[in-house]
Amino acid sequence: MLNMSRKRSRNPLATEDRIAGYLFIAPAMVILILFVFWPIARIVWLSFHEWSVITPEKPFVGLDNYRKLVGQRDFQVALRNTMWLSFGVVPTQTLIALVLAVIANQKIRGRGFFRTAFYFPSISSTVVISVIFLWLYQQNGLVNFVLRKLNLPTPMPPWLANPKGVLAMALNSMGIDHVNPWLAGPSVALLSIMMMIVWTSVGGIMVIFLAGLQGLPEDVYEAAALDGATRKQMFWQITVPMLKPIIFFVVTLGLIGTFQVFDQIFVMSQGGPAKTTLTLGYLVYQEGFTNFSMGYASAIAMTLFAIILTIYFIQRRFLRYNA
Amino acid sequence: MTDTVLNTTPLPELKPSRENTPLSRALIVVAYIVLIAVALVMFVPFLFSVATSFKTPPDATALTFDTMFWPPNPTVDAYRTAFESNIARWFLNSTMVAVAWILCRVTFATLAGYAFARMDFPGRDFIFTLLVSTMMVPGIVLIIPRFMLLQDMKLYNTYGALIVPFMVDVFGIFLMKQFFESIPIDLEEAARIDGASRYQIFRTIVLPITTPALSALAIFSFQGSWNNFLEPLMYVTGGNTNLYTLPVGLANFRSLYLTNWPVLMAIAVITTVPMAIFFLVFQRYFIESNISAGIKG
Repeated sequence: MLNMSRKRSRNPLATEDRIAGYLFIAPAMVILILFVFWPIARIVWLSFHEWSVITPEKPFVGLDNYRKLVGQRDFQVALRNTMWLSFGVVPTQTLIALVLAVIANQKIRGRGFFRTAFYFPSISSTVVISVIFLWLYQQNGLVNFVLRKLNLPTPMPPWLANPKGVLAMALNSMGIDHVNPWLAGPSVALLSIMMMIVWTSVGGIMVIFLAGLQGLPEDVYEAAALDGATRKQMFWQITVPMLKPIIFFVVTLGLIGTFQVFDQIFVMSQGGPAKTTLTLGYLVYQEGFTNFSMGYASAIAMTLFAIILTIYFIQRRFLRYNA
Repeated sequence: MTDTVLNTTPLPELKPSRENTPLSRALIVVAYIVLIAVALVMFVPFLFSVATSFKTPPDATALTFDTMFWPPNPTVDAYRTAFESNIARWFLNSTMVAVAWILCRVTFATLAGYAFARMDFPGRDFIFTLLVSTMMVPGIVLIIPRFMLLQDMKLYNTYGALIVPFMVDVFGIFLMKQFFESIPIDLEEAARIDGASRYQIFRTIVLPITTPALSALAIFSFQGSWNNFLEPLMYVTGGNTNLYTLPVGLANFRSLYLTNWPVLMAIAVITTVPMAIFFLVFQRYFIESNISAGIKG
C-alpha cells in the first residue's frame, strides 16, 4: 500500500536521528498507545467479560457474550438492516459520484461552483443534516409537498414512521404474500435514511474522483480516439480500470462508514419503527450505554469489526487492487 | 496518478477536458441540466432550513410555494428561544474543543510525520505500518474501552474527555509524512552540510514551507471536532449540559422541542454557519485535504 523502500543513504545525522526520531514521534505515540492500541487490546479482553458500569467487577464469562449474540433477535435484525444499508448506499453513492465527476470533468463553465455546491453537505454535521431531513420527511414536510405537487404517491405512514419493507411491498403488489424478512428489503424508514446518507456523501466522493480523472494521461484517450473508440467504450475500458485504486479506496471508506452508522439513527429514529432502522452501531450503543451490558456490547463491536475486515478483503480481491 | 496534490498551491485549475472528443451541443445541455438539478437538490434543504428558522411554527408547517423559501411573517422568535437555552455555552465549548484539537493534532502530526519521512531510526517502517493499519479500526470499536480508560484516568465528564483522546490522529501523521516526502530534500541537505542540527533544520527550513499542509490538517481537525457527536455524547453524562458541544446540544433539543421546527432549524443554522464560513474562506484546503486523502489510499 505504501512505498517504504526509501534508500538509506550515508547520513551524517545517523546517530542524532536515532534519538531525534524517537523524540519526534514520542508525543504522538504516547497518545496513540493510550487511546488506540490499548483500547483495541482492552475491547478484545472485555468481550470475554461482563461489566455493568455501575460496579467495578468484571467477571470472566468466556464465550457467553458471543453465544448470546448468535441467538439474539436484535443482533440478527441489526445485521440485516446494516447490510441493506451498506450494500444499498455504497454502490449507489460510488456510481453517482463517478458519473457526476465524469460530467463535471467535461469542458463546461462553472465547474468550480458545482464542485463547491456538491461538496458542502459532506462537511456538514451529521446531526444537523439528520435534524433537517427529519423535518423534510415529515407528513407535511418538503419531500411530501413536492411529491404531491407532482401528483406522485406519498408513503403512508410517512417516511421515517414506515416499517414496511420496500421489496416486500413490491412483491405484495405482484400478489406474493408472506415474504421472508431477510428478503423484505430495507423498510421505507431505513430507505429514507439511506437516501439521506447518499445525499450527504456523494459530493465528497465526487471531488476525489474528479482529482483522479484530472490525473489520467491524455495520450491513452487520444490513441483510443484514433482507433475509433466510442465515448462509452472509453469510459468502461479506460476510465473505470484506471480509476480502480480510487474506486477501491472510496468503497473501503464507504463500507467502514456505513457499517457503523449511528448519529443519524440516534437523531432520527432510535432504531424504530419496529426496529427496522436498528443498525449494528446503534445496537452497540443501546446494549452498552442504555442496558449497561458493556461486555456484550464489546462482543457486538468486535463482530462488527470482523465483518468489516472480511468484506474489505473480499472486495480487495474483487477489485484486484495491487499497489 | 498518485502524485501529491497537497503541496500544490493554489489548488490546480481544473484542466480542460480532452479536446479530441468534444461534446456535442446536445450533450453539453444535458450535462448542465444534470449538474444544475443536483446542485438544487444539494442546496434546497439548507435554504429551506434557513427559511424555516425565521418562520412562526404554524407558518412552518403550512407549506405553499410562495412561502417555502420566504417567511410570510418573519420573526426571530426561534433564535430567541434557542438563546434561552445553554447554546452560547455549547458554542463556546465547541470552539474551545476545536482550537485544542487543531493545536495538538497539527503539532504532533507534524513532528511525527517529519520523523517518519526524513529520519532513519530503528523500527521506523514497522511502527508506521502499524499506525496505518489502525486506520481500518472503526471508531465504534474504540468507544467502550476509551470510556473505561477515561473513567480510570478521572477524565470522564470533563473537558479532558472531549480533547485528550483526539490529540493525535493517524491520518494526520500519514498526511504530513506524504507532504514531507514530496518536498525536495536539497535545502535540508545543504543545511546539514553547514552543520545544522535536526531540530534547527526542522525549525528554520522545513516548517516555513509547510503552511499549505498545516492548513489542510488544521481544517481537517476543525471539521472533525466541530461535527464529532458519538464520542462527546458518550464521554459526558446526559445531565451535564455545561459540557455539551453544539451537535450534542442540538440532538438534545430535538428530544425537547419535538416538532418546533423553527427552533430546531435555528440551532441547525447556528451550528452550520461557522463551518460554512470556514468552508468558503478555506475551500481550497478543504478540497485538497479530501483529495489527498483519496489519492493516497
